[in-house]
Amino acid sequence: MNDVNTTMVDKYRNDFLKEVEENVEEGHWVKMCMQCGVCSGSCPFGPHWDHPPQEIFMMIRAGKRDEVLTTESMWMCTSCYNCIVRCPRELPITHIMHGLANYAHRLGIAPKMNPTRRFSAIFWNNITKTGRVNELALSLKLYFMDGFGNGVKKALAMKKVGIGMIKTKRLNPLALVNHKGVKNPKELHTLIKKAREIEDRRKGLAS
Amino acid sequence: MTDMVATNETILVVGGGISGLTAALEAAECGKDVVLVEKNPSVGGRVSQLYKYFPKLCRPTCGQEINLRRLKANRRIRLLTMAEVTNIKGAPGDYDVSISVRPRYVNENCTACGACSEATSVEIDDPFNYNMKKTKAAYLPYNMAYPQRYVVDPSIIGTEEADKVKAACKYDAIDLDMQDRTMEIKVGAVIWATGWQPYDAAKIQPYGYDRYANVITSVEFERMMDPFGPTGGKLLRPSDGKEVKNVAFIQCAGSRDRNHLTHCSRICCMASLKQSTYIGEQYGDGADAKATIYYIDIRAIDRFEDFYQKVQADEKVHFVKSKVANITEDRDTGDVVLHGVNTEGYHRYDNAHDLCVLAIGMQPSVRADEIAENVAADASGFIQMNGADTAIFGAGCAANALDVNRAVQSATAAALRAIQVVNRVSSAEA
Repeated sequence: MNDVNTTMVDKYRNDFLKEVEENVEEGHWVKMCMQCGVCSGSCPFGPHWDHPPQEIFMMIRAGKRDEVLTTESMWMCTSCYNCIVRCPRELPITHIMHGLANYAHRLGIAPKMNPTRRFSAIFWNNITKTGRVNELALSLKLYFMDGFGNGVKKALAMKKVGIGMIKTKRLNPLALVNHKGVKNPKELHTLIKKAREIEDRRKGLAS
Repeated sequence: MTDMVATNETILVVGGGISGLTAALEAAECGKDVVLVEKNPSVGGRVSQLYKYFPKLCRPTCGQEINLRRLKANRRIRLLTMAEVTNIKGAPGDYDVSISVRPRYVNENCTACGACSEATSVEIDDPFNYNMKKTKAAYLPYNMAYPQRYVVDPSIIGTEEADKVKAACKYDAIDLDMQDRTMEIKVGAVIWATGWQPYDAAKIQPYGYDRYANVITSVEFERMMDPFGPTGGKLLRPSDGKEVKNVAFIQCAGSRDRNHLTHCSRICCMASLKQSTYIGEQYGDGADAKATIYYIDIRAIDRFEDFYQKVQADEKVHFVKSKVANITEDRDTGDVVLHGVNTEGYHRYDNAHDLCVLAIGMQPSVRADEIAENVAADASGFIQMNGADTAIFGAGCAANALDVNRAVQSATAAALRAIQVVNRVSSAEA
């Protein structure tokens, strides 16, 4: 367990709902759930979740902190918004799922090898570096995240698509060396750093 | 009717359903003059379309008979059918009301012999049976209709059919020259009892009421049990007329939902519990037939709890704690498949049923803020109490989502408030 996680465990001992309300994006909505189950039934990924949204909300109220924050469930959300559209109480369920995933990640207890989490981290590092996504670098990083052999296999499987994209100028092989970012990436970095500080302070994560 | 005298000591009751009838009778039996306005050709409202009441499972016709006898015996009530209030202006004790009356094309000579109906072959949708059935273009709205007088549908006026209908009448009761009329009357107080209408089920997109023949509403299911109804009292599903042996009820269809009606419609839980007993009534206790009720929570309060427990003990009735996510149709069998997750254990289900009944929500027929100035509406459009500057009182389901019992209580309360207003008027004039 890292420090932030220990701090939060101490702070919200036995009151996980409160912890979620205060720290998770849109977390204050969780208590409004009336357990009708329409979200879980509407989720296209439903059968593949360990815990569908309705169950996650109940687990939060039941104080099952470790089970909720370490599950892969909310990482399954594809943002199709079916649940939000149908929820009779208009809970922003999609946003809560992302909020929970983000919070678990920030605490450092999200499942390390979860592909969505890993992709999100790769994407974030890629886009914040220059202010624009370097698609080639992103794809390569993604292909090779499970080792060199796997990466070559994946790249070869996508060879045709890749060549097609180069031919139609949708992919620039030189982007690895001359990717154009925003004019002043330093300013962007300062901006993001400041935003992170503000958010951390608001959520009590500042160390 | 044309010589109708109304003063500012008269009470106007709008709507001749169970609430309006009750309010009118209570006020009239207290010695007040009442004008009772009903939009349809006969009184009785939605209660007359019910097969049975909950929780006693008795027939509404019984109470209706008593009310009709009270109505016939009371000379203080002036009944206007096929009439609608178009405007109300004024203040407590002094209202000017405009009423428009549609032609019935049948006068008081009618003996309800039915010869006119037999004379025509033209059929129209039958609103009494929620258009699940056709009726003749010269028709009696339903067997117990009061006034017991036929109606000629305006669609055949000016055609040969109308002449045939007129020729068939031995009593000179058909008057094809009747016209729309408007009348202006003065009243002291108004009791607004326009009741409710089922929420538009087609708006609940995932349930496919507009796409699947075997998804129907609770009010339509109720009509199936009537021996004179669209299926002759048998539970037959719309797509192929197959006997319904495996029926699903979906609770809160439109109610308690911020996308539809935010309020709890209150009657639907008990209505579905009641309707689940129709399975046993229809096929006998040992039969291979079942009902499944999908619910968020069953709201059977107070004395209704006993009824709930009785239904729970019935082996033919199953309960699934889940708001159904969506419905699909099995094209080969015509069955409807309900998809969702059961809250008790979070298990996914895809359950096929012969027929799905949406326990449809209740919304006011007329939004309170469209009635007149100073009439307050709540968020759902029901009339709110606002006694200070208005003598327009809500009664029954115009004021709230209520069952029959509570609607009658609400109507009696409204009658008392209206009586107080006209009493003030008469003591001021004395």
